[in-house]
Amino acid sequence: MDKIVIEHLNLRYSDGTESIRDLSLAIPANAITALMGPSGGGKSTFLRVLNRLNDLADVVAQSGRVLIDGQDILAPDTDVIALRRKVGMVFSRPLPLPLTIYQNVSYGLEVAGERSRVVLDKAVQEALEKAELWDEVHDRLGDPAIAISGGQQQRLCLARVLALKPEVILLDEPTSALDPVATARIESSLNDLEKEYTIIIAPHNTQQTARVGDWVAFFLQGELVEFGPGKDVFTRPKDKRTEEYILGHYG
Amino acid sequence: MSVPKTTAPRLSARRIEKLGFASLAGLSFLLVVPIIAVIIYIIIKGAPAISWAFLTEMPADGMKAGGIMPAIMGTIYLTLGTAVFSVPLGIAAAVYLSEYAPENRWTRAIRIAIINLAGIPSIVYGLFGLGLFVIFLNLGTSILAASLTLSIMTLPVIITTTEEALRAVPYAFRVVSTSLGTSRWETIRRVVLPQAVPGILTGVILGLERAAGETAPILFTGATFFLPQLPNSPLDATMALPYHLFVISTQVPGMPIQIQYGTVLVLLVFVLSMNIIATIIRSRARARRQW
Repeated sequence: MDKIVIEHLNLRYSDGTESIRDLSLAIPANAITALMGPSGGGKSTFLRVLNRLNDLADVVAQSGRVLIDGQDILAPDTDVIALRRKVGMVFSRPLPLPLTIYQNVSYGLEVAGERSRVVLDKAVQEALEKAELWDEVHDRLGDPAIAISGGQQQRLCLARVLALKPEVILLDEPTSALDPVATARIESSLNDLEKEYTIIIAPHNTQQTARVGDWVAFFLQGELVEFGPGKDVFTRPKDKRTEEYILGHYG
Repeated sequence: MSVPKTTAPRLSARRIEKLGFASLAGLSFLLVVPIIAVIIYIIIKGAPAISWAFLTEMPADGMKAGGIMPAIMGTIYLTLGTAVFSVPLGIAAAVYLSEYAPENRWTRAIRIAIINLAGIPSIVYGLFGLGLFVIFLNLGTSILAASLTLSIMTLPVIITTTEEALRAVPYAFRVVSTSLGTSRWETIRRVVLPQAVPGILTGVILGLERAAGETAPILFTGATFFLPQLPNSPLDATMALPYHLFVISTQVPGMPIQIQYGTVLVLLVFVLSMNIIATIIRSRARARRQW
């Protein structure tokens, strides 16, 4: 089943950087879709379309449709607040808010109007457990989030997203600032989470793409060159450019 | 065949550098000297006048004796009154400029206006306050009119420092908060403003400190020569330290010099302690900051 269907998406920034050209793609539910390609190819921009975070940026031209569960999220009457709760995002650097560990996880729920301490406590614990962080921080939830390690912070950022019970999780090079051990932990969390969520990740290298991507989309200069099951893309790429990239000819 | 003799430079680069630093240090020290000298001079001259009675009693004998309590209270009223108007308005304006205003001609005009507002001589504020608040709005010479006048004067300081404090909060926090389904206002309220509070407070205190020490803006709008009692309402005129100082220094013949210096000392302590509070808030916040 396809969770997200993109039809003829075009996008351009006012300063002429990173754009997307005529992108059509169907992203399957309950799987990890990895976006592969050299930097500047449109992966990050594409992720920011899916939760309308591009609204903060200087986008001059956007056309096409992006359907999530059949709803066009680019439509002007879209409730972007609700959309962002449904489509969570983890960024390339661990960016905890300047709050405690607990508050970082409860933040989204409290903004959404949840007041009950019992409900919040339970949601925070569940989210931290899913992000495999609970055991490490359960006795120091009141500490500033900045006090834990970078890898822990990034799992906290994942927990913060999970607390909102999203359906789609976007990850933009989530391990680029982490060491291999911390990276492995994030990847293992993702493999557990894909049963429940639609995950779209821009891995920070080709090896990670191969490890986590059930589906792989190859982006080059704003165009989708190839999309298919990860195994197929890596073993028998249909497009010559994909093959060259995998063999290390770009970036 | 002879090797040309190289004459050693009279001053090596190192020595020139040392000399340069020494003269800069000397200059910086010179900058501090007058300030320290003024403070010490005022303390020496004014301290003998300070007593509990001086701080808590009404003036007596045509202000040549007694205390300066009504002037102290008046300055406190005016400072608080100024805070009531200028703090909410200034912070709101700064939030608008920093978080909402699009970069266009209109916004630039607002910014230029604020910068110019900061450069206007204080006596002009006084006359403006007289025209607008005292006469046109019919508030009379009152604490209210003087506070409003001081507020306009204080606004540029509060707006610019608050805006700076808001802009210092990393943009990434706004992006993260937005990505978690938070409206712009909620993001400002929950993340940006709390992080900016120390910077805002510093600006507020520095702005109010200036208001507390000004004479010209209250000259026509709310300050009065002498009152037999404390003001009863914001619509009453009030005595105030800076104006009182002006009066007893120039308008009262045979004024004991001790009372003048005592008044100066009280005003100085009032303003300096606000400054020190601002400094403490700032350094404490810097130590606690998580970014």
